Amino acid sequence: MRNTNPVWKGLLLLLVAGAIGYGIGLVLDLLVSGAINTSGPVGAAFAILFAVTAFFFGVYGYRGITRGLVYQVVGTLVGALLITGIRALMGLDTIFGVYLFSEPAWVVGGVVGVVSFLFGVGVVHDWVQWSRGIDTPEHHTDEPGWEKYFGVSLDHKVIGIQYTITALVLIAIGGTFAMIFRTELAASQLQFLTTELRLFNQTGPQIYNTLMSLHGIIMIISILLGISGIMNYAVPFLVGAQDMAFPRLNAFAYWVSVPASVLMLLSLVLGGFDTGWTGYPPLSARAPVGMQMFFLGVFTAGWSSILGSLNVIATVVRLRAKGMSAMRLPILVWASVATSIIALTATQLIGLSFQLVMFQRLFGMPFFDAARGGNPVLFQHLFWFYSHPAVYVFVLPGLGVISELLPVFVRKPLFGYRWVAMSSLGIALVGFTVWAHHMFTSGMNEYLRVPFMYSTLLVAVPTGVKFFSWVATLWGGKIETPTPMLFVLGAIIVFLMGGLTGPPNAAIALDLHLHDTYWVVGHFHDTIFGGFVFPFFAAIYYWFPKATGRRMNEFWGKVHFWMMTPSFFVLTLGMMVIGLRGMRRRIVDYDPALGFDFIQLLMTIGGYLIALSVLIFIINLVHSIKHGEKAEGNLWNSRSPEWQVPSPMPVHNYDVPFEVVGEPYDYGLKDSKYVEFSPNGQKHIEFTKEPEVQPHRH
Amino acid sequence: MRRHYVIVGILVIVMSVLIYIGLDSAGLMPVEASAQAVDIDWMWNLEVIAMSFLFSLIVAPLAYSLIVFRRRKGDTTDAEHMEGNTRLEVAWTIVPLFIVMAYAYLGAINLAATQRADPEAMVVRVTGLQWSWTFEYPAVNGVTVVSDELHVPVNKQILLRMTSNDVIHSFWVPEFRVKQDLVPGRITQLRITPTLEGNYKVRCAELCGTSHAFMEKPVIVSSQEEYDAWFAVALEDAVTASQTPEGRGQALVAANGCAACHSINGAPGIGPTWFGLIGRTEELNDGSTVVVDEAYVHESIKAPQAKIVAGFENQLMPTYGFTDEEIADIVAYIKTLR
Repeated sequence: MRNTNPVWKGLLLLLVAGAIGYGIGLVLDLLVSGAINTSGPVGAAFAILFAVTAFFFGVYGYRGITRGLVYQVVGTLVGALLITGIRALMGLDTIFGVYLFSEPAWVVGGVVGVVSFLFGVGVVHDWVQWSRGIDTPEHHTDEPGWEKYFGVSLDHKVIGIQYTITALVLIAIGGTFAMIFRTELAASQLQFLTTELRLFNQTGPQIYNTLMSLHGIIMIISILLGISGIMNYAVPFLVGAQDMAFPRLNAFAYWVSVPASVLMLLSLVLGGFDTGWTGYPPLSARAPVGMQMFFLGVFTAGWSSILGSLNVIATVVRLRAKGMSAMRLPILVWASVATSIIALTATQLIGLSFQLVMFQRLFGMPFFDAARGGNPVLFQHLFWFYSHPAVYVFVLPGLGVISELLPVFVRKPLFGYRWVAMSSLGIALVGFTVWAHHMFTSGMNEYLRVPFMYSTLLVAVPTGVKFFSWVATLWGGKIETPTPMLFVLGAIIVFLMGGLTGPPNAAIALDLHLHDTYWVVGHFHDTIFGGFVFPFFAAIYYWFPKATGRRMNEFWGKVHFWMMTPSFFVLTLGMMVIGLRGMRRRIVDYDPALGFDFIQLLMTIGGYLIALSVLIFIINLVHSIKHGEKAEGNLWNSRSPEWQVPSPMPVHNYDVPFEVVGEPYDYGLKDSKYVEFSPNGQKHIEFTKEPEVQPHRH
Repeated sequence: MRRHYVIVGILVIVMSVLIYIGLDSAGLMPVEASAQAVDIDWMWNLEVIAMSFLFSLIVAPLAYSLIVFRRRKGDTTDAEHMEGNTRLEVAWTIVPLFIVMAYAYLGAINLAATQRADPEAMVVRVTGLQWSWTFEYPAVNGVTVVSDELHVPVNKQILLRMTSNDVIHSFWVPEFRVKQDLVPGRITQLRITPTLEGNYKVRCAELCGTSHAFMEKPVIVSSQEEYDAWFAVALEDAVTASQTPEGRGQALVAANGCAACHSINGAPGIGPTWFGLIGRTEELNDGSTVVVDEAYVHESIKAPQAKIVAGFENQLMPTYGFTDEEIADIVAYIKTLR
């Protein structure tokens, strides 16, 4: 096996362990329920857990992520068995449930599993040692090569790439789910998700509901991880820091998202859930155990978002290079701060709202049960208080990437830097006041809808400033269009479509028609593709050479762009058209009399082409790591500090610190510089002379 | 440079007009079948104007720049240094601010227009349930007509007073435009003035579980005479039905949407079919078998999870607050299904 490619070894073990896990699940199922259920959830649950763990074992051995996953599996079983034992001792009638364990046992098992993962992967190791009075080295030395990405690293660039890769994996999973139900929707009537189908105890329409719900939440988490990837990778070197302000917390914030993703996948097989990612009660109070795994997964992933954004803010406030005043910050840093303010202060609300439903289910607390004095609409307020600002969390870093890259490829300063910077903060702040525009039909107070219409339309103003400034930046430039710039331009147009299709939803009476239709689905796919997906690809094509010293293939990059963009227009314009004509959201089938079959077929073809283009991107990415054209210098001829040093960057970014001596985007201004490297450029704490203050070492 | 501005200005205007004409003639909205639809489509038209213009305002100069200001081969110099223009930035902050506020004001006026209340409106009580609709008409001499179809006369405002038995649903007839959620524990209302005779469908717009996609029922807008004729027959049926156990049972089944899950003709469904139910041998999920009799049906309605037929483990039937007499009526009705 020595010379075997570790990925093949991993895949082989994945299959073997999957089969073993499936077998164990079936035997357990047989012992508890007395019948073998080959399409049942228990076999599938064990198959998934075993297979994922074995894959990483094959690739990487028993350490890092593999050990974390083993700990999570064992922790989940221990927690679940503990509760099962307690239930048995209490003499309850239902010790076990439909999904082997009872619902409380699965929830406690899930929590114990997440905590166990964090211990297993080793991300709390230093903190545990300190609490026992044992000192640990200030810096950890990472393994060379690719292996450092599978274990705990404190290097922000490694963590940034870990985030990015995890985001891409989740995009692939969430995209696959979407392709499954898009195929079903290609024609009216049920094709293969029929009522006779039984998979993981779910019928075809139930599988549709689960996949549709998981597509939503998995994509949302992949976006949160994707923007964390961009911010973690770029913010420290953009501000001239050696790392993030709290490297251990940074690693923790990343690793907590991995067990969260595992919980999400478990929800698929534990009966699924049929509520969409919004999880509205009373529906979510009745859904199968998968609902709890979803709640727990979101709750866990929320930690990642909160702690990650805390770190970004601290880094920007404390660790900037000498001379980097507020109005000389790279524009992406402004966007990252604006995003982090929202994520730091609003994420708690989605966690809270989900936690209340969890408690309603577990302990019978009737928060949202109307029959016992609860209020189902209250949930929606709590939920949207995060989940609307969350869309600004998703798009602000992407808009920052657009503003950051545009001047480089136009060879002209960013038009109205201050206004663009302030517009990010403006969007973030106004974004907090608009949540109830998701609830115009909910039965909330009729008159209160009007102020939310005003505040919602107000968001158009700072967003407009960005568009006008981008166009003014392009105007009179010398525009180059390599792959990253193509994605920037695509992002502007797609986000414009998303932006312009928003105000009709804000007009209350018109929204009574548009709400919960495919119009809205088309609208937000435009905002998310324009505000995140296109800029995310632009950022990867742009900074890939910084990370690897090689560039991605230009030809295939352009194929990716030209295949994805028109297909995407077909998909989302199709969505909006059928939405206006009466296509509801979240339905497994539609009335053939509506005459949507042809448009749905076109949309499905568009969806497949997008999937194919992303596959091309992934192959290009993997291939270019080793075989890409060498690009160690300032490939894009940028003024930004990271491009003034060779690629890939050393561990602590700059061997010689820099001082900011000019404006960031003064392209075309003779003899101007943004940064100057000099030993006295460094303002913040010097790592080598004096260790950082650690109050816990008493 | 002035030449560029003139060309782009013309492009923006031409593009706006073309996009507007295209969108306007594409017939994007369904038929206007209510007075509210007319108001809402007026607002939609305003939004289409704004969308056409703003899209052109950004895309025309962007596309123009990509062609005219592209980097020429061999040119390695930077472009002319231009940092910004405060007056321009102020302008494109203030002008859009006034425009969006004007749109918000028009939106509020438009909302008021769709909410206009007619004191003479006909009240229909609507109940949403997984996964069906029931419509209850004003009682005549103590007898209520309950139907799973909504029949309304044309050109008369109807006031729907709506609630839900289980989870949140949403009442939407695309041809009427307006939409309103049905929330358990509260009554929400919606005013619609149908203006065009025809057959439409109410489609549940809020995800409500397994059969959400199929939660559709007919909505029939007819002339006052046709409506009166339908109502007279329905009322007579209701009076007759209320005198036999089977009839009362059938009315209860209709009012509670049982048929959404239990077919009455042997077709497969979310729950076991009622066709030939009494006397049938069912296999339960614990492997045992049971012959269905009145007592078994009684228990299954009172405590749906007590015994579960194999293959229906993941389908949680809710409990309904039926009295024993009502259950006896329902059983009497089920007995007729064979």
